Amino acid sequence: MYANEMEDKVVSPEKAEEAKLKARYPNLGAKPGGSDLLRKRLQKGPKYFDSGDYNMAKAKMKNKQLPSAPTEKAEITGGHIPTPQDLPQRKTSIVASKLAG
Amino acid sequence: MAGAGGGNSDVQWCFSQVKGAIDDDVAEADIISTVEFNHSGELLATGDKGGRVVIFQQEPETKNQPQCRGEYNVYSTFQSHEPEFDYLKSLEIEEKINKIRWLPQKNAAQFLLSTNDKTIKLWKISERDKRPEGYNLKEEDGRYRDLNTVTTLRVPVFRPMDLMVEASPRRVFANAHTYHINSISVNSDCETYLSADDLRINLWNLEINDRSFNIVDIKPANMEELTEVITAAEFHPNQCNTFVYSSSKGTIRLCDMRASALCDQHAKQFEEPEDPNNRSFFSEIISSISDVKFSHSGRYMMTRDYLSVKIWDLNMESRPVETYQVHEYLRSKLCSLYENDCIFDKFECCWNGNDSVVMTGSYNNFFRMFDRGYRQDVTLEASRENSKPRSVLKPRKVSTGGKRKKDEISVDSLDFNKKILHTAWHPLDNIIAVATTNNLYIFQEKLN
Repeated sequence: MYANEMEDKVVSPEKAEEAKLKARYPNLGAKPGGSDLLRKRLQKGPKYFDSGDYNMAKAKMKNKQLPSAPTEKAEITGGHIPTPQDLPQRKTSIVASKLAG
Repeated sequence: MAGAGGGNSDVQWCFSQVKGAIDDDVAEADIISTVEFNHSGELLATGDKGGRVVIFQQEPETKNQPQCRGEYNVYSTFQSHEPEFDYLKSLEIEEKINKIRWLPQKNAAQFLLSTNDKTIKLWKISERDKRPEGYNLKEEDGRYRDLNTVTTLRVPVFRPMDLMVEASPRRVFANAHTYHINSISVNSDCETYLSADDLRINLWNLEINDRSFNIVDIKPANMEELTEVITAAEFHPNQCNTFVYSSSKGTIRLCDMRASALCDQHAKQFEEPEDPNNRSFFSEIISSISDVKFSHSGRYMMTRDYLSVKIWDLNMESRPVETYQVHEYLRSKLCSLYENDCIFDKFECCWNGNDSVVMTGSYNNFFRMFDRGYRQDVTLEASRENSKPRSVLKPRKVSTGGKRKKDEISVDSLDFNKKILHTAWHPLDNIIAVATTNNLYIFQEKLN
């Protein structure tokens, strides 16, 4: 009994960091390594304006308010109506590598 | 001790060269994404986010400077991949070179495989140092001569010319990966290679680009049930039937292609048991393996997770035989590292030529070496401040406690934007290539 009480007082640095994170983001899911994180990883890459997605999203949102601009970490899927801020910058033209300079 | 390397605890590392722009304003295309020596160490290839490959060649050693080995100078550079667009999904396919792997040299030409997220290409790099001169029917500039003026017969001869290095794509291996390719590995049979994405591994024949065999598929029937992804894969260095792949859950599976066509059933599974009391929100994320590399001997393999490097004996699946802490002081910073996404950084690792020392990168442009035999480790820094020719690198130290000694740097002062994700060790000598964000540093062992 006594030994267990002593262990509880010593919080591992990882658990302390976890407590900090949960305090800042109370809505964070219970399964962190699970589907959400992985699916976000699978879907990496900038998504461009897609008129099909846009119209489907508008149809879904017909009776609801348009969603506000998402936070940085949001996934851009069919349910999201792209705004000009979401579109990535135009790529620079191809030049030689500076390593070869 | 000043350094660690080559099994000799007295190795000191010196600055040799640095490649790339000096200015701090880094264009995204210039971010180095892969570094690889070829099998002899004579060539060093880099790939970047702009889809370009730059190959350096080591100059032969000269009598003038016996205290250092040859320098690496630009040999060839080419645009390997270009940005593409997937119209069906409205997604851009980045041209960033994820991996370069050299083929063992079979003739005068050199071959390498380079890959972006979706397409692997086989490049032939060949030298031309002679050209035919004295054509019978053509002028020197290529125009055809008026036949009425041709009165004699002459045979062209080959004359020396300035060396020209040409890179040409010989094969394009496309359309075999739905997800993003993270690894390619050439088989010891020199005929086949594997490519791995988040959920599948394919086997290719180097000669055949319109077909590949799927050998691992971990995609669940229902994507809601997805629990892990493939993070890296590599063929065994001399057993052509064996390969390993690592996962985001910290396990490594070894597969034997003789057992079945589809290697979903692993032959061995390497996993370190976790202490359930220590489990936290971050446990799985930091256990994700970012790189796996077989030792040259083929007896061991090394894995890199967020905080450590582990050496596994292929004969023992229950736990690693050695564990080295890369930057344990980050364990109490995991919350902020999660918020700034650094916790997802994918560090690579590498072995030295005789498997006695391993190396990996860290933050603040620090990189670490662990000498397995002498049980020593050292932290060194790749920076322009230590870039006087042949200047010896001074070991760096991060202070973790309250009292910071002189020359130490505190954890909170570390620059997390300066990450060394890619390092490479010459296969035979103590020469290392270390990539910062947009610069390539080459360090050599101090020779007396």
